[in-house]
Amino acid sequence: MRRQVPLAICFFLGVTMAIQYFIPHRVSLVYGETIRTWYLIVFTFALVLGTGSLIRVHWARIRRRASGWWYSLIAMGGLVLTLAVGFFGGIGQEGLFMKLYNYVQVPLEGTMFSLLAFYIASAAYRAFRARTLEATLLLLAAGIVMLGRVPIGQSIWAGFPRITEWILEVPNLAAKRGIMIGVGLGMISTAVKIILGIERSWIGGGD
Amino acid sequence: MGLFERLMHIDRRIIFLCIALAVLIPFIFPLRLPTYVTRRVKDVYDRIETLTPDDPPVLISIDYDPAAMPELQPMTLAVLRHCFSKDLKVITMTLHQAGPGLALDATSEAAEEYGKVNGIDYVFLGFKPAIAMVIDQMGQDIHRAFPEDYFGTPLSEIPMIADIHTYDDISLIVTFAASAITEAWVAYANGPYQEPVAAGCTAVSATDYYPFLQTGQLFGLIGGLKGAAEYEYLIGVPGRAIIGMDAQSIAHLIIIVFVIIGNVAFFVQRRGAAGGGRRG
Repeated sequence: MRRQVPLAICFFLGVTMAIQYFIPHRVSLVYGETIRTWYLIVFTFALVLGTGSLIRVHWARIRRRASGWWYSLIAMGGLVLTLAVGFFGGIGQEGLFMKLYNYVQVPLEGTMFSLLAFYIASAAYRAFRARTLEATLLLLAAGIVMLGRVPIGQSIWAGFPRITEWILEVPNLAAKRGIMIGVGLGMISTAVKIILGIERSWIGGGD
Repeated sequence: MGLFERLMHIDRRIIFLCIALAVLIPFIFPLRLPTYVTRRVKDVYDRIETLTPDDPPVLISIDYDPAAMPELQPMTLAVLRHCFSKDLKVITMTLHQAGPGLALDATSEAAEEYGKVNGIDYVFLGFKPAIAMVIDQMGQDIHRAFPEDYFGTPLSEIPMIADIHTYDDISLIVTFAASAITEAWVAYANGPYQEPVAAGCTAVSATDYYPFLQTGQLFGLIGGLKGAAEYEYLIGVPGRAIIGMDAQSIAHLIIIVFVIIGNVAFFVQRRGAAGGGRRG
């Protein structure tokens, strides 16, 4: 029963929602709207489950004094503090909640992301080699796009932005469209397999 | 160890230092490089430029987190400034769980600059989870997807949005995202409802959206800090993006110089090794 019921619900909802999309009748629209509302409710519970899972993992690390357990302690402290400040102090723009966000989370995430510039520069220096024809083409395209997407590129040569636009609008577009069609077909085939119960890994617990 | 071999094994800290200087120095001594405008950014500007204060509101979805803020916040501000400068009604929202703070900041900052009032000139709807479902549900009824605004006021009590119910009541959508949220707006707002959608994205993800531009599913694209600088230039309000373009220009140039040095060293060393092999 633990496997059959979820599979039956998945099959029923998958088939009816697919059919519903193509029928503009009032009953069909109301059904689709109701299911979408339920989806939002279930999704919100998933956020609660995710938070619970986060607490369980970090709490276990703190209790076991696992390597780097103080990071878990900081994560838990941050979670409790932010929740408490939001619940009791409100989420208005002048409140402590927004100050925590603006002066802690924003700089931390911004710093982490900006470090990429340094690693990309180092990685490009070590790995970007014109070893083959394909690598040389990639190298040339990357160099032109890097120059064509900044003002200094146009100052060096006015042709850089024009060639950059051509690279983005023609070969890049063609490659991206091919990838997107492949991904789309893969998504449809996976969805059909899940609806028909052929793909069951989402239930968990092995086959 | 010869010069080229030393270059092949250059300490990464030297590269880091060069990049740091390349980013910092232009902020202290600006180069003021001229910005040029690309077609895809101009398309977004022109479409908003055609709207009048009597047209339905513009929906701006601020769907990114602080990691993408340096690239996306300047373009969000530029588009908001453009809308407010033309006295257009604006609805802002976010579909990213870490986005409400940035969305509120951007909306409030631009609104204050133009003396706009919450609830009359603009509304901030806040965050809702389940991206695709929210976008789809907004097509049926925005008041069901967002019964209240960010501050807890029922939408039916906010004059600006009380009569706005579906995408038919929205002029156009601009989404700013560093993830696949843009594709969800294309699939669930443009596809079934034919609502015009434009996107602002990070430079690294801009290449993903060119197929949507060609088909008209996106009517414009603001890509990366460069796109934001173009928009600032178009509205005549220089901001953080135009300032940042000098640093980005020099950083790109430094990376290209390093790649050239690395390749020269690589080929000289390889030729040396081949020559040594033949002699042996």
